[in-house]
Amino acid sequence: MSGPIVQVENLSASYRKNKVLYDVSFEVQPGSLTGIVGPNGAGKSTLIKTMLQLHPILTGSVTFYGLPFKQAKKRIGYVPQRGSVDWDFPTNALDVVTMGLYGQIGWFKRPTSRHKQMAYEALEKMGMADYAERQISQLSGGQQQRVFLARALVQNADLYFMDEPLVGVDAATERAIMDILRELKAKGKTVMVVHHDLQTVEDYFDHVLLLNRTVLHHGMTEDVFTKENIAETYGGNMRWMGEERHHVVHSVQ
Amino acid sequence: MWSILSNSNTQWVLFSTMILGIAAGTIGCLAYWKRQNLMSDALSHAALPGVVIAFLLIGEKNLFILIIGAAMSALIGALFIQWITTSSRISEDTAMGMVLAVFYGLGIMLLTIANQSASGNQSGLDNFIYGQAAAMVRSDVITMLSLALFVIFIVFIGFKEWKLYLFDGNFAQGIGLSLNGMNTLYTIVLVITIVIGIQAVGVILMAALLIIPAVSARYWTHSFRNMLILSACLGGLAGAFGTLISTFGRGWPTGPFIVVVAAGFFILSLLFGKEKGLLIEYIQFKIYQKEQQALGNKLGEEGSK
Repeated sequence: MSGPIVQVENLSASYRKNKVLYDVSFEVQPGSLTGIVGPNGAGKSTLIKTMLQLHPILTGSVTFYGLPFKQAKKRIGYVPQRGSVDWDFPTNALDVVTMGLYGQIGWFKRPTSRHKQMAYEALEKMGMADYAERQISQLSGGQQQRVFLARALVQNADLYFMDEPLVGVDAATERAIMDILRELKAKGKTVMVVHHDLQTVEDYFDHVLLLNRTVLHHGMTEDVFTKENIAETYGGNMRWMGEERHHVVHSVQ
Repeated sequence: MWSILSNSNTQWVLFSTMILGIAAGTIGCLAYWKRQNLMSDALSHAALPGVVIAFLLIGEKNLFILIIGAAMSALIGALFIQWITTSSRISEDTAMGMVLAVFYGLGIMLLTIANQSASGNQSGLDNFIYGQAAAMVRSDVITMLSLALFVIFIVFIGFKEWKLYLFDGNFAQGIGLSLNGMNTLYTIVLVITIVIGIQAVGVILMAALLIIPAVSARYWTHSFRNMLILSACLGGLAGAFGTLISTFGRGWPTGPFIVVVAAGFFILSLLFGKEKGLLIEYIQFKIYQKEQQALGNKLGEEGSK
């Protein structure tokens, strides 16, 4: 296997006065499917956003394929949280998927029928062909998530970042999304997914990154996803709060 | 009426307020989806001190120079809003409310001073408050027309980029569209639209011409492109009709008439809009209700057999 394609070194980030991430360092191997797992407020979404320069880097560096983000961004696809956009926006599913092609189409040029066809095929792949002309406000949560995934697929990136794609979707959509993720992996693409459901981590991901403001453990799922490590990740947060607040009731100790 | 319309100056003024309405309807549609309707109100009020300061500096009423002054002061207002929001815990709408009131107050204060000088008194600076389209001369009309067409052109060529930016800015940035660049461009076209409208519509009511056509258009369509076109048309019609009505009386301000016509379109859209209008929703509700009742009766009959 060739070298790592994502290298994160001593990354830190903050929101106002709170340091959300510190000393984050890890490397991602090509062709891996990594679940980013950690408690609420551990900085999972912030980590992705900071890596993709959607949130300012406080210190540290991130490189993709040995290059800074700006030069590598054509090879990177991003699926934001479903709630990050206004689904009342007047447009249909096919149009949203076509947006994934805007980089290829080129600025100030109009999409052609070939682009529409590519977008339609991506929707078909997500089982959404019947909804191509449907208003996005009339789609269910699961369908909206599939549209977002189709938009990422059509980008044909080599490296994907997905922020909680399985939150609030029905079982059928969860299966459809996981099938696509495995297919991406089979094609040699690399995927990092923010994930919150501990029950399914072992079934879904071959690598796990346990995060709680910093990387606690990272590696193959069978090595890293152990009871002790999970307890450390999730319990660590409570202990940390206990240390900060000596004057309040010590519910943890 | 025909005697008014055959006057070539009136024709020019009508035409320019129509183009102004089209530009305002277009940019208003962007502002609607940027969810920044109060922003346009704040910036139009913030334009007033710039107009008066520009007048005091050059000593005559040259629309082009006054527009530059207005634009600078509106941009300073925008920067203040941004600065207050990012550097303090004050929320954006509070910051906008503050900037709106403070800049407008400052503008009125300066206006009072300017009006005490002899030239100021005759200048018709008061027209910038409620708008007086009839006071425009040919060069004013040309200034306004060219800037309005520029704004419409900017939205037209970047239609796909505007749509992506408004729907999902983060994603847009991910595929290489500069979010800062788009934000700056958005502020520029918004400020241009506002300042070219302050002569014809006035600083107080300019925001209404940005907001109302876009909201009205929302009731008719589920397509962003159609909403943009419709909003532009409604804005253009409101601009032209409002100006026309205001020419019937001597010294009637233009702004209020334009806004009232726009509000008329809004009420029609609210009631009869094809997609979200109250009437269509009521009819749909009744149809579904009947269908459901028919279904219920049928099941009931089958059950009793």
